[in-house]
Amino acid sequence: MLCDVCKCNDAAVFLTQIVDGKMQKVNLCEGCSKEKGVQDPTGFALADLLLGIGAAEEIEKGGSSTRCPVCGFTQADFKKTGRLGCSSCYVAFGEGLNSLLKAMHKGTAHVGKLPARAQKSLALSDRMKTLTENLRKAVQEENYETAAALRDEIKQLESQLTESK
Amino acid sequence: MKFQNLMASTGEWLRGEGPHHQVVVSSRVRLARNLRNRAFPGWAKKAERTLILELIKPRVEELPEMQEPFSELLQDLSALEKQVLVERHLISREHAAKSAGSAIIMNRKQTLSVMVNEEDHLRMQSIRSGLQLRQAFKLVDKVDSALEAKLDFAYDAKLGYLTACPTNVGTGMRASAMLHLPGLVLSELINQVIQAVNKIGLAVRGLYGEGTEAMGNLFQISNQTTLGEKEDEIISRLNKVIETIIEKEQDARQVLVQKRPNTLWDQIGRAYGLLTYAHAMTSKEALNLLSVVKLGIDLGAFPEDKRLAIDQLFIETQPAHLQKSTQQKLNAEERDHFRAQIIRERLKSFPKPDISKVAREPEVTGNSEPEKNE
Ligand SMILES: [Zn+2]
Ligand SMILES: [Zn+2]
Repeated sequence: MLCDVCKCNDAAVFLTQIVDGKMQKVNLCEGCSKEKGVQDPTGFALADLLLGIGAAEEIEKGGSSTRCPVCGFTQADFKKTGRLGCSSCYVAFGEGLNSLLKAMHKGTAHVGKLPARAQKSLALSDRMKTLTENLRKAVQEENYETAAALRDEIKQLESQLTESK
Repeated sequence: MKFQNLMASTGEWLRGEGPHHQVVVSSRVRLARNLRNRAFPGWAKKAERTLILELIKPRVEELPEMQEPFSELLQDLSALEKQVLVERHLISREHAAKSAGSAIIMNRKQTLSVMVNEEDHLRMQSIRSGLQLRQAFKLVDKVDSALEAKLDFAYDAKLGYLTACPTNVGTGMRASAMLHLPGLVLSELINQVIQAVNKIGLAVRGLYGEGTEAMGNLFQISNQTTLGEKEDEIISRLNKVIETIIEKEQDARQVLVQKRPNTLWDQIGRAYGLLTYAHAMTSKEALNLLSVVKLGIDLGAFPEDKRLAIDQLFIETQPAHLQKSTQQKLNAEERDHFRAQIIRERLKSFPKPDISKVAREPEVTGNSEPEKNE
């Protein structure tokens, strides 16, 4: 049996994991198992390995663009390394990545920690919505004094929003 | 802090006696973070990696948790020194392979380590002794919050923290515990346990080697998924499974004591004999024998105050530690001799196994009342 990664040496390490009822199998040669850090408890997950093998095809099928406009990373690079080039690659290869993430994880959306920065801009944009709505009402009611005050506040908020970006 | 000082002191996680330390050696939580609009380390050119390092390193060093840190560029460490850090689980094997543009910063107690430009720009890791995943997370979460105030992390409203590898996206968190499971291995139940745990989306593997071939009966359990679940939920799920494994391990040990005492005392006696008298010992043999003696301590056959000596030998008999302490390069045969010599010296005052102590008070777990057994 040939190694799944280099496809030239005989496989010597056989791995099977069952993750959420799905069986994952990988056969590796001595060299690739070392290189992929199979012996390293901190780095290794079978899903990681599978990424380098089947994942790139998934992305191709997804019909996403072939090159990240920000960092120049290509689908072929992903196929080789199983890693992405930069955070914008998630946008560039978005569609294909989605089905991959779905297969790999519990869900498709993050529900964990929110950085304070994101929290703050979330609060600011909520406030912005309220102010804009109030302004619309004030103008409708021809309440020009209130409208002017609201415009000032919105301007201030806008500059805060761009700062927090 | 210099490398010498680091070598001289054992990490706190090894010395500590955390909860369930008879089965859970240590708990670790790692967070992966990246800077926005920068190529990930594997794709960035050397100049960009260096720039990223210069952005991150001072921010990490000024953290209150990092007073007088051990902070080194990977290019300034020898291959042997890097290997020592790997053997102590302070850096990953991948990180040890890095040089220009990568760094390691850790606190004096060796409980918090930050890798810069590993697979991600930042990998922050906290280690505690015993089962303390929540405490480990708390520290690394605090460090993350302090750093995000000064660094612009790549974060997406839908996908969460963006990482070089899609397997880490979302929380970027990997929580893991190192388990010592000689009871389950000796009673040949370990593969059953591994399969059951894999089925529920957690990974278990031998710390050195796979499955039943795990050396030193040491196993690592960790979460496989990082997206679609809160950090807290991931840790709760892990804790629950680990507690079940602890119970199974303690049950297996009790069954051995009661149903197969001869096999058990034979194993402990042989391990003691070989460790105290052998003149050549491979790393694998040493780990396996030390594991059996550790089990002997848990069961009461050796005095409790000998635990630290054994736990330290697990680390200090590893190849890079041996070579670092002799200050010379050793071939495999020389290493085996030197390893046996160190073990013999350390165990000079180690008492013989006393089985009568076990029969009188077979302590089942570290926390529960010892069961009386005539
Ligand atoms: Zn191969
Ligand atoms: Zn990119």
